[in-house]
Parts: sequence; C-alpha cells; structure tokens
Amino acid sequence: MTDHASATARNQNIARLVERFGIIGVVVLMMVFLYALQPEYFLTFANLTNILKQIANNALLSIGMFLVILTAGIDLSVGSVMALAMMALALANADGWPWAIVILIGPAVGALSGLVNGLGLTVLRLPHPFIMTLGTQFVARALTNLISGGAPISGLADPVRYIGAASIPVPGLDPGMAIPVSAVVMLICYVAVALFLNKTSIGRHIYAIGGNPHAARVSGINVDRVLVLVYVLCGFFAGLAGLQLAGRTNSGFPNAGIGAELDAIAAVIIGGASFFGGRGTVLGVFAGVLIMGLLRNGLNLMNVSVFWQQLLIGLIIILAVWIDVLRRRASVRK
Amino acid sequence: MEPPADAGRERPLLEARNISKFFGAITALDKVNFHLARGEVLGVVGDNGAGKSTLMKILSGLYAPSEGEIVFDGRPVRFTSPRDARQVGIEMVYQDLALAGNLPIYENIYLGREPGGKFLGLTVVDQRKSRTMASEHLDRLKIHVKSVDQNVEELSGGQQQAVAIARATAFDARVVIMDEPTAALAVKEVGKVLDLIKGLKEHGVSVILISHRMDDIFYVCDRVMALFHGRNFADAPLKQTTRNEVIGWIMGTRGHTEALAHDRVH
Repeated sequence: MTDHASATARNQNIARLVERFGIIGVVVLMMVFLYALQPEYFLTFANLTNILKQIANNALLSIGMFLVILTAGIDLSVGSVMALAMMALALANADGWPWAIVILIGPAVGALSGLVNGLGLTVLRLPHPFIMTLGTQFVARALTNLISGGAPISGLADPVRYIGAASIPVPGLDPGMAIPVSAVVMLICYVAVALFLNKTSIGRHIYAIGGNPHAARVSGINVDRVLVLVYVLCGFFAGLAGLQLAGRTNSGFPNAGIGAELDAIAAVIIGGASFFGGRGTVLGVFAGVLIMGLLRNGLNLMNVSVFWQQLLIGLIIILAVWIDVLRRRASVRK
Repeated sequence: MEPPADAGRERPLLEARNISKFFGAITALDKVNFHLARGEVLGVVGDNGAGKSTLMKILSGLYAPSEGEIVFDGRPVRFTSPRDARQVGIEMVYQDLALAGNLPIYENIYLGREPGGKFLGLTVVDQRKSRTMASEHLDRLKIHVKSVDQNVEELSGGQQQAVAIARATAFDARVVIMDEPTAALAVKEVGKVLDLIKGLKEHGVSVILISHRMDDIFYVCDRVMALFHGRNFADAPLKQTTRNEVIGWIMGTRGHTEALAHDRVH
C-alpha cells in the first residue's frame, strides 16, 4: 500500500471516529461550558437528575422517532398519541381500574396507534408516512378531547405514577440523592433499541430498508412487515412517554405533547441521523436529546427567556445538518 | 414405452416451455421456449422491448407467466416470489444491483439470510461468522476488497457489481441471471466482471447474461439466443455464429452469415 493510500485510509478512519463519537464531544463541550458558567450549581446531583427528568419524555419520543426516520419515514402523530395514551390511562385510573392494568393502557394505546399508522402506510398504500401520520395526529388529538370532554384529570394512584415520579435511592448515599425511575426506564429503552438495531436481523433490515428499499425487497425481506413493526414501536414509545408524563405531572391533560413531535425530530436530526434513512446511531440520538436538554437547562439557569431557547434550537438544527452536509461532501470518493 | 424425444441430449437444468406473458392488451412474450444446461453461459440478446427482461423476471420469480410452464431439474416449478426461485437456486443480479450502500459488504452479501441464532423469537446475527463467511466467499470468487467492513457506497462500480455477484452466489446458486452487468462500468472494470462470470462457470454454475455488448457475449458465452418482438428468433452455439449475425438477430434479420464470414470467431 502506498503512503498516499494509507494516509487516505487513516483519514477515513478519523472521519469514521468523528462521525461516531464527535457528537459526544459536543455534549462534553456543552457541559464544560455550563459548568464554567454555573460552577456552584450545574454539576450538583440535584441539577443533573433534574436534567435527566426533563429529557426523559423527549428521549422516549425520540427513540421511537429514530426508528421511523431510519426507514426514511416520519411520525407526526407521536405528540397526540402520547396525549391520547395519557388521557386514556388517567380516565381508567379515575374509574378505579387496578393499577397493573392502568400502566399497560398507555403503551398499549400507543402501540395500537402505531399499528394504525403502519397499516395505513402499507395496506392503504398512502404515498408518504407524512400524510398518514398527519391524519392520525389530528385523529388522536380529537379522540383525546372526546374521551375527556377536553378537561384535565388530576390525581393518579401511586403505582401508576412510579415510572414518571418515583426515585430509587442509591445505597450509601444521602437519602436526598436518588436516581429518577424515568431516567432508568429511558436508559433501558435506549440500550434495548441499540441491541435490537445492531444485533438482530430485523434491526439490520431496518437500516437496509432506509438505505435501499428495493434491495431489501429483492433480498427477501418483507419490507411492509418491518415498516409496520417500526411504527408500532414508535407508537409504543409514545405511549410509554404518556405514562411517564402522567406520572410526572400526576394528571392527564388533553393539551399534552402539542408540538412534541417536532422536538423529537429535532433531537434525532441533531444526533446525526439522516432524514433520508439508513444512517444514525442510538448514541447519537441520545446525544441529540442531551444537547437539547442541556441547552434548556443552561439557559434556564442563566434566566434566558424561552424564546431565545427556541431560536438557539432552530439554529442548532440547521448547523447540525449543515455539518453533516460538509462531512459527506468531504468523504465523497475523489 | 417410447423413449422421450430428446433422449440422448442431456436434460436441461432450467427449461421454460411455451411461456406467454400478457400485460393487459400487450403481449410481452408469445410462446417462448427456453433451456439452459448445467454450467452453461447463455447470452440473451434482443432489442429494447423484445421481452428479455420479462422472461428473466419470470425465471427469477418476480412475475408469474400468463401461460406455459417452467421446469427446473426435471420438475415443474411455480414461483410466486423471488424467494421461491432463490430456494431452488435461481438468483438474479439486478441491473441497478439492488445493494444497500449504507451497509458494509458482508451485510449486503447475507442480507435477508443472515447467519445467527434465535433469541426471544428474534434472529441474533452472528456478525463474526458473517464476516468470515463473506471473506472466504469473496476469496473463492477471487474478488479483492480492502475489507468486508467497507460500506458498499465507498466501492467503485465494478466492485459493487462484484459484491452483487457474490451475494447471488453466496448460497449454492445453480443459476445466476445477470441483467446488463457491464453496462454501467468503466472499461477497465468490464474485464474483471466477465472473468468473474467465467469463474462461476468453472464452479458449475449456469449463467444467463443479458447484454447489448457483443464483446461480452463473445468473450464469455457458450450459446446465444435472440428474442424479437416477444418471440424466439434465433438460437445458436457461439462457435456457429458471428457478431454481425447476432447483431442482425437483434434487428430481426437473418442470413448475414455468409456475407460476413470474415468476421467469424475461431
């Protein structure tokens, strides 16, 4: 191998490392920056667990959205589906259903909504998931209001609130220092999805479908079945997010999650997943969620108005995708 | 009992009898007969719309024929999907290659047929085994790549074609159908792909090669058949024909043989 070739190979390896872990560097940089600004508060246990609690909801929506975006799809309904799941379980709880059933209602309503999305895409053959999920966004929001009469319900049984509100004390530490259950659930979901995507054949098929659906089809992959599964999983995570939010707020309210789908899409894109499918990692999505969470936390600590937060997140989305465009242009074969 | 009409001739590996295919009012194929021997490389030529691709899509299970029957290894078969055709050992290399550029070489080769074990109803891919199998398979075919971990989109057109061929032959294929494998390649890569086809023949694999390039046909094929307007037009062992005669067949004319005898391939 010539020197030139080995130098190219080394550059490609560096490019691959940057692609895989560069986003983590951004997160670390942000944390260092926030620590420098608020040294006495930012790195406290209370603030860090607070960040985890704040990002848990978007994290659950984002991991589902990531699966869908990997197949070059989109799910605009996750915010409404989350609200529908939340309202349904709050109503069941108010009706005095046993908690063991109430906590299943959230994820089940979500998965069922995802099934509707998936079947609309594959059986009705609607031209793009944008259309189907835009429709179900309205339908799920309407159902949320119809079943609740548009009024919030507050007060849930403690076991129902567990995922959203409870904390697990760490042995040997101060009782005030406890790990939020929502953070644990979030981490379990991320590890499970990472294993699913990287180790199982269906996970690899999801990447293949995003890369080239025709290739997937002629390779004997049942593309429609995989797509339905992906939308069911996305709905399931939206339902789980509904359960988590219900627990955290101790209520069900019909306006929950308005615009939440856009936050989820933003986190996935900031995390480096391609909107055209087939590219992205679970670690990247987690970093995207963290970046948005850290930004909000830091700006809150500095008393910056929420309007500036929106502006910054908008600019970061554009910047993140632009960096991706530059990187891809640089790695094109000469 | 009378001996069968074709007694003495070796039974073909793949045979299609009186195949017709209608798309609405259009007759794409009209009672086409087709046969392919073991280890034979057959060139299929014809103008655009002559029915080559339709016939190949029927043989590879993508289309069902409107009439006629397909016989594989002496047994009548009926394919409802490419999966069925694959199961008996008929593989197709598509003109657009049908590779997932975002995945590494080894994953493309085993896409849809990943080696691995079951866990909770899911197939857990044995990636180490998949890598090793891919390396060994590529070595067998004398295909050289830097690493089986390279994403397919990083490869040249010829290398991508080679990966597509490797995928088609990864599981004891007996027939490989190739649709214009050299059409999109740089000149220096064409030879490599053609040598790959010769290599398949040496391994006892039958190959059907659709091509417009006479150089390809006359370099690798044993026999050439021509379709014209959806019908069998001509069929001859390569040694008994010439480039100009075959070009004549594509245009639906016969009898160039004597006039252009100087072009005969020896």
